[in-house]
Formats: sequence, C-alpha cells, structure tokens
Amino acid sequence: MTAPAKTIPIVRAEPSRAFEFISTKKDELIGWARKFSLFPYPFVTACCAMEFMAVSSTPYDTDRFGAALPRFSPRQSDLLMVVGTITHKQAPVLLKVYEQMCEPKWVMAFGACATSGGFYQNYAALDGIDKIIPVDVYIPGCPPRPETVIDGIMQLQERIARQQHPILTKEF
Amino acid sequence: MSDVLARVQAEMAAAAPDAALSHGVLVLPVAPAQLLEVVKRLKTGFGFDLFLDVTAVDWPGAPLRFEVVYHFYSTRDFVRVRVKTRVAEQDPTVDSLVPLYNSARFMERECHDMYGIVFRGNADLRPILLYEGFVGHPLRKDYPKRKEQPLVPYREGGS
Repeated sequence: MTAPAKTIPIVRAEPSRAFEFISTKKDELIGWARKFSLFPYPFVTACCAMEFMAVSSTPYDTDRFGAALPRFSPRQSDLLMVVGTITHKQAPVLLKVYEQMCEPKWVMAFGACATSGGFYQNYAALDGIDKIIPVDVYIPGCPPRPETVIDGIMQLQERIARQQHPILTKEF
Repeated sequence: MSDVLARVQAEMAAAAPDAALSHGVLVLPVAPAQLLEVVKRLKTGFGFDLFLDVTAVDWPGAPLRFEVVYHFYSTRDFVRVRVKTRVAEQDPTVDSLVPLYNSARFMERECHDMYGIVFRGNADLRPILLYEGFVGHPLRKDYPKRKEQPLVPYREGGS
C-alpha cells in the first residue's frame, strides 16, 4: 500500500489592498516632504564656519537630515544659515539675500554672534540677526557643538512638520 | 642694540633727540614737520624697505592729543624702528607716506577711519573698514562705547 500523494491545495488569495491609498492631511504630507529636503544657504562670515564644515561633513553629516546640499544661490535655497558675526556694514547684504529667497524659507542663527551679537557690543557688530530678519531657530554656543547644531536642525524639522503649508493660491 | 639701530640713532639725533630702544625696537619721536624727511632717510639710507603699519594713540586731555605711530622693518638687517609724531585735536594732519610707500595708501585710510587723522597727500581717504555715512571715529576715546549706527532699520518686535 502506498500512501496517497500529498497535494498542496491551491488557495486563490484576495489581492492585497495595503498600498492602494493612504490617508493623511495635506499639511502633514507636505511638511514631511519639506522637512527632509532642506536646501541650506550658508551665509558664513566668521569662525563658526569651521564648526559648520565639521557638522556638515562625514562624522556628523547633516545629510542624514536631508540638509547637506548647500545651494550658493538664495533663489534655490530654503534655509538661510547665518553662521558668524554680522556687522552693520554687512547687514544690508544679509537682508538682500533673505529677500531674494523664495517662500517657503526658514532662518537659522548659528552661534552666539548671529543669535545676539555674542561678545561684540560695539560700533561694528549687529547684536543679533533677529534685529533685521525673522529667525526660526537659534543655536547657542561659541562655536556650537555639532550635537547642538543637529539638535537645532531637528527642532527646525519639527517646526516645519507642524507648520501649515499653503501650496495653492486663494484664487485656485 | 644692533649696529644699524645705533647708526640710525646717531644720525637722527638732530630730528629725534629723544630716541630710545624699547623691547628691541628703536623708537624715534619726531615733529610732524620732519616726519617725511626722517622716513625718507630711513628708507633710502638705512634700508627700511617694508612699511608695516600706521596707527594712532588717543591721549584725551593732552595738549597734542593724537600720537601717530609708524612701524618700519628692514628686510636686509631684520630690525624694526617705530616713528612717533604728535598732532593736536584741532588740526590732526600729518604728511602722507604714499610718495615713499605705496602700501601706506590703505593703512592711512584705515587710520583716518578709526581716529580721524588727516594724511596730507593721500588723495583717497574714503572709508575703507567703515561705511559711507558713519559719523565720528570709533577708536577715539570720546566715541560712546555702545553707539551703533545701523544701516538697516530694525524690525518691530522679536521673531
């Protein structure tokens, strides 16, 4: 007697509908996309530049946050990183760069000098870039540790994710 | 004192009787009228071919308020001299060294920015570190420490 051959039953599975659609909110979706595709414009004026180079290159690598590709044209960037002391003589240049950036745009004050003027309290230095342009995130330190910068980028990302993102004009 | 500096001191005794050595640098206090002549002699006669710097010192209350200080270096003998001259607040004018050293052009502009010293013979005394429209001379002792002259109007409120 031989045992009857085992047959594998053919099961006709229902087609999976797992990724047919997702439901989300427009602001969440666009915020999620935008927060990982920050194009920084490094407005680098002083010694904080060394720290900026350190944080954007290999060991710390801001590319992990989608914020590594510097655009050297304000028209192509959406994150203005003000890295270093801004003097009164330079303030009109900074304002012009800010005004040339397209919406949406965010500003990061990198280091003590951009935040508050740092230890410069004299005829030459602007005490804080928020005197002339709005700032989204301040990074303390003279210069800031790379961890502080990364924390600042993450806080900015959270802020972007929570923002409203109008993409259509009122007339549409 | 090196031989060169000793010779400079001996030969400049008429123009700078109070010459003395200070930290290896020969200091020559001269009258403003003799400045150009002394520097010309240093350059042509003693090989001080490198003009290092010109700056000023503000002595508030002194009858001759500003002391204009020059440094020269000899690339042949590796020695330095410092030439000082005093001018009054009412007429802070000294002769420009541009006919002797082209590099004096920008350094005199900076000194004019910061202290308001007028260099007779330097045709271009526009602001070089400061900006057009800046009132006063910030490194003078009577410039207010916290006085700022912003070019961009400040925003209302904070961020």
